[in-house]
Amino acid sequence: MALVREILRSDLKDLTVVSYGGADVGMLCAAGKVKKVVFAFVSLDFIPLEPYFRQARQSGAIEVMEIDEGMMLLGLRAAAWGVPYIPTEVGLGTDIVTKNPDIKVIDSPYDDKEWVAMPALKLDASLIHADRADERGVCQIAGPDHYMDDWFARAADKTFVSCDELVATEYFHDPAQARLVHWERSQTTGVVPIAGGAHPTSCSPMYGFDVPHFKAYTGSAKEGGIQAYFDKYLGASEEEYQQNVGGLDAIRAIELPTY
Amino acid sequence: MTVASDYTLAELCIVAASKAFADEGEVLATGIGVIPRLAASLAMKTTNPDLMMTDSEAWMLSEPNPIGKRGEDHMQANESWMGFSRIFDNVWSGKRHAMLGPTQIDKYGQTNTSALGGTYEAPKVMMLGARGFPGNSISHPNSFFVPSHNTRVFMDGECDFVSSIGYNPERLPKGHSLDDIDIRLIVTDLCVMDFGGPDHQIRLVSLHPGVTAEQVQENTAYAVHIEGDIPTTEAPTEEQLAIIAQMDPHNQRAYQIKDNPPGVRS
Repeated sequence: MALVREILRSDLKDLTVVSYGGADVGMLCAAGKVKKVVFAFVSLDFIPLEPYFRQARQSGAIEVMEIDEGMMLLGLRAAAWGVPYIPTEVGLGTDIVTKNPDIKVIDSPYDDKEWVAMPALKLDASLIHADRADERGVCQIAGPDHYMDDWFARAADKTFVSCDELVATEYFHDPAQARLVHWERSQTTGVVPIAGGAHPTSCSPMYGFDVPHFKAYTGSAKEGGIQAYFDKYLGASEEEYQQNVGGLDAIRAIELPTY
Repeated sequence: MTVASDYTLAELCIVAASKAFADEGEVLATGIGVIPRLAASLAMKTTNPDLMMTDSEAWMLSEPNPIGKRGEDHMQANESWMGFSRIFDNVWSGKRHAMLGPTQIDKYGQTNTSALGGTYEAPKVMMLGARGFPGNSISHPNSFFVPSHNTRVFMDGECDFVSSIGYNPERLPKGHSLDDIDIRLIVTDLCVMDFGGPDHQIRLVSLHPGVTAEQVQENTAYAVHIEGDIPTTEAPTEEQLAIIAQMDPHNQRAYQIKDNPPGVRS
């Protein structure tokens, strides 16, 4: 999220965002940075609906490519593997294929069925937050799930990683630590240490997501709008942001959620 | 087994929904929401101990977790890793049964979790998105839970956005048969239904105590197949209620159906 906040502070715009979406998508939409969103869901987890994504959709402000969440994984894999598409039956019979003219249904050379050809989702850049990384881009996701971070890294021309801790390479000499490295350093373009950089989302097992902050964020959609939220929290730098949300110690003290 | 005389509608629905998982064998049960999750947990602890469940985050469990905050000494019964990407390996293999709560369910059993009204480019109400419904619906059995049975959910016409494949011949993919699609139980606050009527028509299976077939039809915008004497949904047993209470120590089930009505309505 620290990297997303840098985009919010920048003059970047007209972005096509590919995301298992949360507040990253909502904030970028609300700030007018987004041309198109490729998504299967956009949610704040314990708050099911993302308010600023909804506003953007309901006002017709953004283009969308709405797909199944497994299709997104296939699209990332196709990009990573250098193939134009991966066949799947996912999406057949639904509006995924009728509302996305760019997703083609094809015949198989091996049977008489039709299949969805999920196109490669080739990314210019992936933005990832890791627990730990070394200077050459060995990145560790120590939480119970690394989600699709490995495939985002592989699908992109460039991958930029913020990390909670920058460690010496020797840290990974311990096989138990190396086991939690899910992509090769050749996939990482650059690493920047930003402790607490996942806030307000979680970086399990270090810290959970900030429930009161998310409530303030969703509340701003009803009163004040995104500018009021940015005025109060965003700041000119990540240092300012962290001061505005209570400081790094407070971030790192946020307990992990129970599901 | 002692039949309970005092139970809530939520508890009746949990027991009714747990039947969806009873004969499934060794599949991953995914119940999204409190009542479906408790239904799967109850089945795993009674009728189908072979069922598999996750902790809703990243581990597969050999014992379901109670819902909500657990004591410091609680040790969950992990048996394997089941992170987000691995879920699809399981889903697409078909070894899964999901129970979910869509916003719309049309006469074909197609559902909508995405966009309501307006145009697709600018819908009146944007919801979650298609999520995993397209993949679930074509890969494995699915059941639905609807906490408020009305004609907005069981609506007229076709879903505004079709997130999951149903029994619509117009949308049937080449080389597929309608019998490949497997929608199991629909449990609502009024009744239990399935798509076992003629030509995969929705069919009334049982009525919750105090509910009439007319009420079900009035609250469903398309014709429900109603044939013969419709049985009353089975009351929970005391043993089932005890397991539900153990799986839901903070009584979150009391907040799932408006006003938490009793199971037997007068």
